[in-house]
Amino acid sequence: MKMLQLAYANLKEHFLTTALSIMLLSIGVGMVSFIVTVSEQLNDRFNSDIRGIDMVVGAKGSPLQLILSAVYQIDNPTGNIPLDEVKKVRRNPLIRYTIPLSYGDSYKGFRIVGTDTMYLNHFKAKFRNGHAWNRSMEVVLGSTAAERLRMGLGAHFHGTHGFEEEGHAHDEVHYDVVGILEPTGTVADRLILTSTESVWDIHNQETHDEKPHSEEDNDHEHGDAHGEPEHAHNREHEEHDSHAGHEHHDHSEPKEITALLVKFKNPMGLMQIPRFINEKTSMQAALPAIEINRLYELMGIGFGTLQAIGILIMIIAALSVFISLLNSLKERKYELALMRSLGASPAKLFGLVIQESLLLCLAGYVFGIILGRIAIMTLSSFGEEQFHFSVWQSGISAIEIWLLPFTLGVGLVAALIPAIHAYRSDISTVLRNE
Amino acid sequence: MLQTTNLSFGYTNGSSFSFPNLSVSVKEVLLVLGSSGSGKTTLLHLLAGLMEPKSGSISIEGQFITELKGSNRDRFRGKNIGMVFQQAQFIRSVSVMQNLQLARSLAGLPDDKAFAKQLLNELGIAHKANNRPSELSIGERQRAGIARALVTKPKVVLADEPTSALDDENCALVAGLLQKTVTGHGAALIIVTHDQRLKNRFPKSVEI
Repeated sequence: MKMLQLAYANLKEHFLTTALSIMLLSIGVGMVSFIVTVSEQLNDRFNSDIRGIDMVVGAKGSPLQLILSAVYQIDNPTGNIPLDEVKKVRRNPLIRYTIPLSYGDSYKGFRIVGTDTMYLNHFKAKFRNGHAWNRSMEVVLGSTAAERLRMGLGAHFHGTHGFEEEGHAHDEVHYDVVGILEPTGTVADRLILTSTESVWDIHNQETHDEKPHSEEDNDHEHGDAHGEPEHAHNREHEEHDSHAGHEHHDHSEPKEITALLVKFKNPMGLMQIPRFINEKTSMQAALPAIEINRLYELMGIGFGTLQAIGILIMIIAALSVFISLLNSLKERKYELALMRSLGASPAKLFGLVIQESLLLCLAGYVFGIILGRIAIMTLSSFGEEQFHFSVWQSGISAIEIWLLPFTLGVGLVAALIPAIHAYRSDISTVLRNE
Repeated sequence: MLQTTNLSFGYTNGSSFSFPNLSVSVKEVLLVLGSSGSGKTTLLHLLAGLMEPKSGSISIEGQFITELKGSNRDRFRGKNIGMVFQQAQFIRSVSVMQNLQLARSLAGLPDDKAFAKQLLNELGIAHKANNRPSELSIGERQRAGIARALVTKPKVVLADEPTSALDDENCALVAGLLQKTVTGHGAALIIVTHDQRLKNRFPKSVEI
């Protein structure tokens, strides 16, 4: 009969108080682990997507929305910008390179983004199969998109207007899959990439072949083409619609893109270009670093609060452990004296109480980690549906490793006073008073 | 086997007890009789090394227990002294058998389940080995207490009012079993009691 077995038997004996303590502990541990894991993964994800992008140029509107839509592909675009103006920006000598983005369509929830091959280079994407697009309507699938859509080289599909799964389909033309990317750990994994021309062509085709849908008729007006995020993704349609009467308009009308990702040559660019764009053009320039910091600050308050609640619960758990140990020791006063009379040293009794507490906390830790994982999985499946944004932790994370000594430390502190009581118990008096 | 000389104990309030010299040898039973308040339990706790005497000495098989300090004394007690209480107390959360095993483990002795089983058998409660102590009757519990006192193969068993809580029938039964098993396993037995029913059974007695 080892001390540890006895500690276990004692805990089992007081099942309800033990269960309460374990429950409190595991909720605390689970919450802290969940919050830290999620915020870390969000940070990682956000930072890896943002890397190397100094500025995003798009239609006027919310700068955060522009960043979220252009960089992370999780929000609606703010509108479109004319290619002519974009070209002027591109010529600035302080800019190293730019990447055009045209988006607004999707296929089964995966966004179709028209861009140039610079986008692939930027995310250091390698081809698992196939090659980049050579002509219009050829697409390259990100690894996650390919996997989820179960499409390989040579597959065809029709894009859908908008980002809903059940949107209006562009039935007339189809895309051909010509390449599949290796996982990059970035937003590119979840995208269907194609040339900017594909996006232009598909919408031109539409206006040739079919009547525009009524919702677009209503809000369509050429003059307010910029700065209206609401129907931004319709812009290309509207453009074309307004020229519906023209012949061969696809060659003459001003072309548009949705956003432009910009990398500067040096910090001087950061000083001058955003201000120039915001003040002198109809477009807006947003700085991802600043917007994301602002987002973090907003989220940080929430995360911080939840984390504080988690730690508070752990403190309450510690109190619960402390009280239940103290109570059970009061009840077991005679048992402790008995053990002394059987040859146990005071240190052994001290150890027994500590072991009971540590065992309790270990159980709380294990259940807490499981609880945290369940929460992460739930969030992940939700995020996966909503944003194709999954948070998943396969191994054990640094914070979870740190939580173990922390939890055991809590147990140790909570057990200290009861253990000292046990250590000091005067056996003779206890045995006599029975 | 066990000897005391000029043993006395002083309470913090100033009152003190002097005890007559005791001597008991292997397989012998010594009855220490005294009314309540006469310091019987104090004497027993002194013998067990649970309390410090004011003066005098106690030796068990040549070892002066008063000279042992701290955990050495605890270990000595665990190995050499078995204790039986008025109301047998156990660790509630584990079975009778596990209580016996725990006694050996706390004394620093290797596990000996067979011997524990044998003792329970001798005391007629082998069928309760896997029951919780709370599931035993008072008489059975007292017998289990004797088994636990003997499971470490001690040199001396100290019994504090082992029969006071029992009716006549159980008193005779437990006293008989106590004597038989303790002496049967080669230990000395000291019974401290005010229970006059035991006086006739054990010829060697001391009044305090």
